Amino acid sequence: MKEKSRTPMSQQPLTIEKPALEDGIGSKVTVEINEKKVQVFFGQTILQACKENQIHVPTLCHHPDLCIAGTCRVCVVEVEGMRTLQTACSFPITAPIKIKTSSTMVRKARRHIIDLLLSEHYGECYSCVRNNNCELQSLAKEYGVDSYTFGHVDKPVFEMDLSSYSVVRDMNKCVNCRRCVRTCIDLQEVGVLEAIDRGDKTHIGTFLEKPLADVVCINCGQCINRCPTGALKANDPSDEIWNAIDDPTKHVVIQTAPSPRAAIGEVFGLEPGKSFTGEMNTALRRIGFDVVFDTNFTADLTIIEEGTELILRLYKALVKKEQVAIPQFTSCSPGWVKYLEHFYPEYIDNLSSAKSPQQMFGALIKTFYAQKKGIDPKDIVSVAVMPCAAKKFECNRPEMADSGFKDVDYGLTTRELGQMIKEAGIYLPEMPHSHFDDPFGDASGAGLIFGATGGVMEAALRTVIELVTGKKVEDIFANADIIPLRGFEGIKYAELPITEVGPVPKILQHLVPDWNWLKGATLKVAVAHGTANAKKIMEDIKAGGKFSECHFIEFMACPGGCLGGGGQPIPTSEEVRKMRAKAIYDEDNSLPLRKSHENRHITDIYNEFLTDGPCGHISHKLLHTHYVKRGKYIA
Amino acid sequence: MKTQSETNIIKTERTGPVLFSTYKRGEGIKKAVKQKREDILFELKDSGLKGRGGAGFPTSTKWMLTAAAKADKKFIVCNADEGEPGTFKDRVLLMEYPALVFEGMVIGGYTVGAKVGIVYLRAEYEYMLEQLENYLSNMREDNLLGEGILGTDFSFDISIRLGSGAYVCGEETALIESLEGNRGEPRNRPPFPVNTGYMGYPTSVNNVETLAAVPHIITKGGSWFKKHGTDKSTGSKLFSVSGDCENPGVYELPWGITIKELLEIVGAKNTKAVQVGGASGVCIPKTQFDRKLGYEDVPTGGSIIVFNESRDMLHVLKNFMEFFVEESCGQCTPCRIGNVKLLEGINMIERGDFTFKYINTLKELGKTMQVASKCGLGQSSPNSFISILENFKDEIFHTSGNNGLNGKAGK
Repeated sequence: MKEKSRTPMSQQPLTIEKPALEDGIGSKVTVEINEKKVQVFFGQTILQACKENQIHVPTLCHHPDLCIAGTCRVCVVEVEGMRTLQTACSFPITAPIKIKTSSTMVRKARRHIIDLLLSEHYGECYSCVRNNNCELQSLAKEYGVDSYTFGHVDKPVFEMDLSSYSVVRDMNKCVNCRRCVRTCIDLQEVGVLEAIDRGDKTHIGTFLEKPLADVVCINCGQCINRCPTGALKANDPSDEIWNAIDDPTKHVVIQTAPSPRAAIGEVFGLEPGKSFTGEMNTALRRIGFDVVFDTNFTADLTIIEEGTELILRLYKALVKKEQVAIPQFTSCSPGWVKYLEHFYPEYIDNLSSAKSPQQMFGALIKTFYAQKKGIDPKDIVSVAVMPCAAKKFECNRPEMADSGFKDVDYGLTTRELGQMIKEAGIYLPEMPHSHFDDPFGDASGAGLIFGATGGVMEAALRTVIELVTGKKVEDIFANADIIPLRGFEGIKYAELPITEVGPVPKILQHLVPDWNWLKGATLKVAVAHGTANAKKIMEDIKAGGKFSECHFIEFMACPGGCLGGGGQPIPTSEEVRKMRAKAIYDEDNSLPLRKSHENRHITDIYNEFLTDGPCGHISHKLLHTHYVKRGKYIA
Repeated sequence: MKTQSETNIIKTERTGPVLFSTYKRGEGIKKAVKQKREDILFELKDSGLKGRGGAGFPTSTKWMLTAAAKADKKFIVCNADEGEPGTFKDRVLLMEYPALVFEGMVIGGYTVGAKVGIVYLRAEYEYMLEQLENYLSNMREDNLLGEGILGTDFSFDISIRLGSGAYVCGEETALIESLEGNRGEPRNRPPFPVNTGYMGYPTSVNNVETLAAVPHIITKGGSWFKKHGTDKSTGSKLFSVSGDCENPGVYELPWGITIKELLEIVGAKNTKAVQVGGASGVCIPKTQFDRKLGYEDVPTGGSIIVFNESRDMLHVLKNFMEFFVEESCGQCTPCRIGNVKLLEGINMIERGDFTFKYINTLKELGKTMQVASKCGLGQSSPNSFISILENFKDEIFHTSGNNGLNGKAGK
C-alpha cells in the first residue's frame, strides 16, 4: 500500500514528477492556449501553464497552499476534443492539447456557476468583514453580475457559531469551496472541519455538529486565512477595546508582537515585505492607547526563562541522573500547545512551562508595571496585538491570571488592528516613527525573529552559545545569522557540538556550578512549522526516531511561523510569507541589539523585580504555567 | 452434495442470445489461463464489447490501459452498485449467474495483471452477501480462485465490500473513494482509475454485465459475440423494464432493437413516453419510438421505464429532479445548486408561477451543468429536465392551464 494520507484521494495533489532534465525528451509539451502556441512542462496543470503565460483564469476553490479540489468549477476551460469542460486547476497537461480559456461556452458556464454560488451565499457586502477583500465579490465583479439570476438568500438560515474565543463560523456565507476543510485536514492535519451530508444539504461541519469550542479545534485560524468569503472570521474584540479607550478611568496598554508590524502594510494595500514598527507605534498612540510596549521584550525574557529551563532539564538528566522529559518543546504558539494537549497529551511534560511572550507580558504589566507606575491593576486594560487567532483563546485560559487579574484582557489580530487604525482616520504608512515606551523600551532582534519559523531557536542559540561557551556567536555564525534554522522547509534540524565551555554567567550561578558537564556534548535541535510537520516529529519521537534524541524543538502551529498566523492579513501564500520573513530578518539585521541576554531591560527586571533569578520562585509564579491533558475524546 | 458435473451447467428459466446462453462453469477461466494476455485483449477488441454501465467505454481499451500501467499492484473492481432508478439486471446476474461475473473478474485479473478483485455491492443487496460468499468459497475449492489457479502460477482472489447507499458511488471514482473508506465523492479525472485508482494503483472498474459478457467472449469468440447487435453496439443488452406494461422484468435483447419493438415484447399499451437510462437518461416521446437502442442512437445502461397516457410528465420529471437534489454528492457547484434550481423551476411550473424566460434560463443552466459538472451525475441530471420540457411542452405548459401568463416568477 502507498502511504495513506488522511486527505481523500479526490483532494490530493496530482503526483506527476517533473523530468530531471529540462531539455530531456518529452519533458516539455507544446500546447495551444487561445490559439497561441506555448511550451509547458509535462504534468503542469492548465492553470499553471496559463499563469506562466499571463493568461488569467478565475479560481475560487483553488488556493496555492492547498491540494487540488476541482469542486467550484469556476476555472473551467475548453479542451479541444473533450465533450465536457475541464477544470484548469486540476487538469494535468500530458499531451499537445488545444485550450480555450474564454470562449462563449466557457464564459457562459462561469457566469452560471457564479450566479449559482451567489444564490446560496447570504451576505450584504457592506456589512461583511471581508468587504473589498472577498473572492466571491471580485468574481461577481469580474463577470459583471448585475442581478441575482437564480435568486439570493435574504435571511440567514444558520445560527452563527460564536462559541470559540478565536474563530467565528457563519455558515450563511459559506460557498462550500472546502478550502477550510483542506486547510484543517491536509495542511494542518487537525481534521476538525469536514463536509457533512450530501446533495442540497451538504455543508461544512464539525464532529456531531458540536460548537467549535467543544471539538479538537486548536484555534490556529488558518481556515480564516484561506476562506474566500466572510464565512470564517476571528472573534473581534475591538468594540470592547474602543470602549476601554474612551473610558477615562482605564489605563489602556498595548503590546505588539513582531509579526503584525511586518504585515500590517498589507491591510493598507501595500505589497508585503516592509515593516511598519515606528509608524504603528505612533498610530497606536493617536488611536488612544496610553502606552505601547514591544512583545519582543518578553520574547527576550522567554529566551532567558525557557533557556534556563532547558539547562536545568539537561543538568538534571546528565548530572543528577533524574528522570526528566527531554526534548523540551517550545510553548510560545498557543495553537501548537492546544494541538499537543489534544493529540499528544502524554507529552505534556515536554512542553516548556514558560509562558508565551504575550502572557509573560500580561503578568508583568499588571504587577511590575502597575507597581512602578502606581496604577491599580484593576484599572489597567491590557491588549495584545498578535498575528494569531489562538492568542485570543490563550488569554482566556483560566490559568492565565497569575497577576491576580486576567493577565491579558484582549487579543487583537493584525487585521482587526488595521481596521481600528483605518476607523481612526489614520493612513498608517504616512505616520512618523516613534519608539516603544519604557520601562521595557526597545527590545532585541532575537525577540523580533520569534515571528518567523526557526526564530525562537535562533534566538535561543544566540544566547545559549554565548552563555555556555563564553564565545561570540559571530565567531561561529557570520553576522550571528544562524542560517540552517531559517527558511520554509517543513522540518529543520541542526547539531551544535560544544567543544569548549566558558565560566557560568552571574545570572545562572545559583543554578549550576560549572559547564564542564556539557563539554564534548552535541546540542541537537529541530524546528517544525504547521501542525502537519509537528505531527511528523511527534510520530518520530513516539517511534524512538532521530527527533527523540533532540534536546530542544521549536514548534509553531502555523505554516511559516507567526508571520503566517491566523490573524494576519488575507490573502496568504508562500510568496507572501517569504516577503514577511524578509521584512523581519531585515529589521533584525538593522538593530544594534540582537541577543536577548544583552538587553539591559532584561537585566534590570531581574535586578528590580524577578530578584531570585530565572526560573526562580517569583518567575515561576508569574512567568510559568501548566497545561491540560485534553485528549481527543470529547464528552 | 451435488457432483461436479451437476453444478457445472447453469440452469435457469432464462434464455437469451449471449449472456443467458449456455455456459459451462469454469470454462472461461480454463481457456483464458492457457492464452497469452495479448490474445485475450485481441479477442475482446474483436468482440467490440463496450461498458454496460451506460458510458460505453470500450472494455478492451480499459483493460489494455490498466495492463500497460506500470505498478506493483493492480485491481479489478466489479461495480455492483446498481443504483440507477429502474435498473435491476445486475441483481439477476449476481443471483442467477454469479459464475459469469466472478469468472469475468478472474479473466480480467489475469489480463491486466491484478491479483485482487473487489466487488462493490450496493447496500440494498446485502441479502445476497451470504450466497455470493458461498459461491466464492466453492470457486476456491475448485481452484478457480486463490493461489495458482488451475495449476498455473496465476493467483487471484475476490472480496466483496458493501456500499452505504449513496447513488453517486456508482460513479467509478466515487466508488473507489468509498472503497478506500472516504466520503463517496468523485475524483478529478484525469488521472483516470486505469492509472491512479484504488489506493493510487491502476484499477479497472467494470460493470457487472460487462464482466459477465467476458467468459462468453473467451469461450465462444469475439466474432460470435459481434454477430449479435449492430456494428457500433455489438452483442446483447440486459434491459430492466418497469412501469406501465404487462410483463415487466429483465430481458436480454440484441442491441439495435427499436423502442417500439421492445414495447411490444413487454406488452406495453397506450404508451406515451419511455424513460431510457433511468433518472439520468432521456425521455423518448411516442413520435420517436422507432429510435434504436444502442450507443449510436439511444445509449442506455439498461433501465427502461414505460409511461402510459395516464401519467403526468411534469410529475415524472419532478420525481427525477427530487432524486438528484438528494443524491448529488454536494461537491461541485453546478450539480449541488444547479439541481435545486431546476427543481425549483418545476415547482414554479406546477404552481403556474413562472415566466418562459426563466424556464429557458434554467434550460441553459442545464446545458452548463452537462458540460461543467465534475462527474456523470451532474452531467446527466439535466437530461430529463431538458428532454421532458422539450418533448412534452404542450402537455406541461398548455393543457394544465399553466400558460405562464399569470406568472410573476423569474425574479
